[in-house]
Amino acid sequence: MFDATATRAGPTRRTFLKAGAAVGGAFLLGFHLPSAMAANAETTVFAPNAFIRIDRQGKVTLIMPQVEMGQGIYTTVAMILAEELDAAFDQVVLEAAPPNDALYANPTFRIQVTGNSNSVRAFWLPLRKAGAAARALLVEASARIWQVDPATCRTDSGEVFHDASGRKASYAALVEHTAGLTAPADPPLKSTANFKLIGQSLKRLDTPDKVNGKVIYGIDAMPPGVTFATLAACPVFGGKVGHVDDSKAKSLPGVRQIVVLDDLVAVVGDHMWAARQGLEALKITWVEGPNAAVSSDDVWKQLRAASEKEGVTARSVGDATGALSKGELIEAAYELPFLAHATMEPMNCTVHLTADSCEIWVGSQVLSRAQAVAAKITGLPLEKITVHNLLIGGGFGRRLEVDHIDKAVRIAQQVAAPVKVVWTREEDIRHDVYRPVYRDRLSATLSGGRIVGWKHRITGSSIIARWLPPAFQKGIDIDAIDSAADIPYDIPNLSVDYVRDEPPAMPTGFWRGVGPNNNVFAIESFMDELARKAGKDPVAFRRDMLGKAPRLQAVLDLAAAKAGWGNPLPPRMGRGIALQTSFGSYIATVAEAEVDEAGEIRVRRIVSAVDTGIVVNPDTVVAQVQGGLIFGLTAALYGEITIDRGRVQQSNFHDYRMLRIDQTPAIEVHLIKSGEAPGGIGETGTTAAPPALGNAIFAATGVRLRRLPIDRSLLAGRKVG
Amino acid sequence: MERTFELRVNGRIHAITADPATPLLYILRNDLALNGPKFGCGLGECGACTVLIEGMAARACVIPVSGAAGREVTTLEGLGGARSLHPVQQAFIDEQAAQCGYCVNGMIMTAKAFLDRIAHPSEAQIRDALRYNLCRCGTHVEILRAVQRAARLLDMADAGAEPTEAER
Repeated sequence: MFDATATRAGPTRRTFLKAGAAVGGAFLLGFHLPSAMAANAETTVFAPNAFIRIDRQGKVTLIMPQVEMGQGIYTTVAMILAEELDAAFDQVVLEAAPPNDALYANPTFRIQVTGNSNSVRAFWLPLRKAGAAARALLVEASARIWQVDPATCRTDSGEVFHDASGRKASYAALVEHTAGLTAPADPPLKSTANFKLIGQSLKRLDTPDKVNGKVIYGIDAMPPGVTFATLAACPVFGGKVGHVDDSKAKSLPGVRQIVVLDDLVAVVGDHMWAARQGLEALKITWVEGPNAAVSSDDVWKQLRAASEKEGVTARSVGDATGALSKGELIEAAYELPFLAHATMEPMNCTVHLTADSCEIWVGSQVLSRAQAVAAKITGLPLEKITVHNLLIGGGFGRRLEVDHIDKAVRIAQQVAAPVKVVWTREEDIRHDVYRPVYRDRLSATLSGGRIVGWKHRITGSSIIARWLPPAFQKGIDIDAIDSAADIPYDIPNLSVDYVRDEPPAMPTGFWRGVGPNNNVFAIESFMDELARKAGKDPVAFRRDMLGKAPRLQAVLDLAAAKAGWGNPLPPRMGRGIALQTSFGSYIATVAEAEVDEAGEIRVRRIVSAVDTGIVVNPDTVVAQVQGGLIFGLTAALYGEITIDRGRVQQSNFHDYRMLRIDQTPAIEVHLIKSGEAPGGIGETGTTAAPPALGNAIFAATGVRLRRLPIDRSLLAGRKVG
Repeated sequence: MERTFELRVNGRIHAITADPATPLLYILRNDLALNGPKFGCGLGECGACTVLIEGMAARACVIPVSGAAGREVTTLEGLGGARSLHPVQQAFIDEQAAQCGYCVNGMIMTAKAFLDRIAHPSEAQIRDALRYNLCRCGTHVEILRAVQRAARLLDMADAGAEPTEAER
């Protein structure tokens, strides 16, 4: 079902238009074709839009506008399209979309991007309409042949039926009869009650090839004549290559070429081992540049000073200043560290550059940007840059960047053969685009067990300002304030402001959970502190302020009930709650943790209640929440990138640790049935786990953790009742 | 200096000329175009490169080709037959135990070697056996269930019975 060949060589926009032109009256999302031309054309493929192709043999090809990086989006998108098309799901073939913003841009971002947990949210209606429009055309074609009213026909599993006369026709047989028909602009959509596929836990289409070794990731690309390269960029960010002594490296068997660029050195070999040996044999002197003395201490000093400045107001309700001046002012500050993505598939990119063409094999979350960066470097026009988007061995935001493509294309400019550039793990960890450090200062006043005044100052890097400049308006980073400006609690006087502070030396980027990771950690930890101050149970305290958020109240009640909130626990064990409305989903999470006398933490159980609107594939949603929770636990328990003399100190999985399977808690995810539009889910668990765990540790030990990763020394030797 | 080795991989014999220190992983991926084993860390820390050598799980990124020569090497591609999946692979499909799927090679190969040794493991034994294989997506819950299911499937295969959908 999963057509890897097609994925490797998706159609270019040109071939698409050609295929479309062969179809009577076809439209390609904005590309309306002259009808005379269409009427004369022979119809061999039914392609009513950029997402669907049906040939006369009955092969239904669905074009995937979003990239598959483990989140199951290929299957989910296919389910949405096939639902409205009424195709037989076990016969659909998937194909990765080529780079083409005009056809495949994410409706939210207006470029081809897979991120921010928004694939289903952004494409839910457009894809349903694409499927429904195609189905309507097939019904119309058969109704014409049978000379019946289209309204008397129905469809099921790739066939049109006219029950009154007992006739039926396969979609394949109707392809040639679609010529001259015009797709409806606003086709009727199925009612949710009539969904056959949506809501079912269908098996993912990408799993079989992942368990038999046939799946092709970026790192598996092997174009004929490929050479192998690995690289070292200046270990200090912003530094340059000084001098390279390659006398030893050049003499190693299999080493073909040493490529010295302004900011990096690469070794090209007949195979990867030669390239790696060659790199190790080089003696490189770096010109370290202005960041050569920067350490983590400098980073934190700068961030803490910045957090004392006034920020740009992101939201203001009532009179926060007035409310905060009456009664006891409760204040706390929370801090999050730099994090690397550490995708299991290290950064890599394969490039074949000739005088008039550039072919790229890569896994990217931003396909059109991948193409654009190669065009910029080579000076070739976009249509000369072919990008084969292969499956991704972990994205998490890392592959929203194109630095690996930039470097590979620049190396390829020096190499007279296709070259596959694979970073070592060490290079991958030390030249990431890091989740920024953040500092959150919160203050509040209480009255009658409720919050009456609230101030939240967020200080940190603006990723949006670099990554999507048009979205950075009036000093506000919409990602950095996400889930803080729209805090769900009913607070009469509040103020949220943002201080942009770019850390020295370190490039910053999106990381699974993005802005909400920081804000939900700070808010939900502080809510717990306020509940204790108010002398109230943390669940009851929150619940009393959710009058305007009934969906959140419902998941809170469900999570508390399922987790046995309030049931006694043995000493040294505690439960913690965290709520969030991030990514359009409503989630309550209860963590149960145990802390031993050495300060070691065992997460025993996590219960999440989730309202994410209509669920396309429940199994995928549960897997994404579970995975996100584990990703978040890893960050809370271990994640920190530090720098010394401008260099990242971590290098591989021994010093940048992951939660292991023997440490994985029991995880329960409870889905609330809903008819609301789908929410985002891939990042939610990552946001949920750290505050829930921190609050559980407070319940177990009485130690409040205001910084991640969790410092075990604060917990060691702690006597608890 | 380069030497020629006889390498037995998935039942086929290959003559490989390479530096004896070359990690087996690069020979499998670059020379034999076997993409099942993955490069993850290069230090034997993540397990993505796991293969079987004489039935034992081994980290191909740190085993030199000289150490694998003359011994039977099995990769993910050689685990099932030409037409069928190995029960461990089937169990990973049944339990949907792959997200990005990059770690799955190592998980399946490690589980296969483990279940050959311990046919009826406890949950704790499975967790212990797989603790040195890293998964970044967080598929741990499904992977654990897949190995439990694989143990049942292997049991039934040993008994000569075709499992029904429900039994799986």
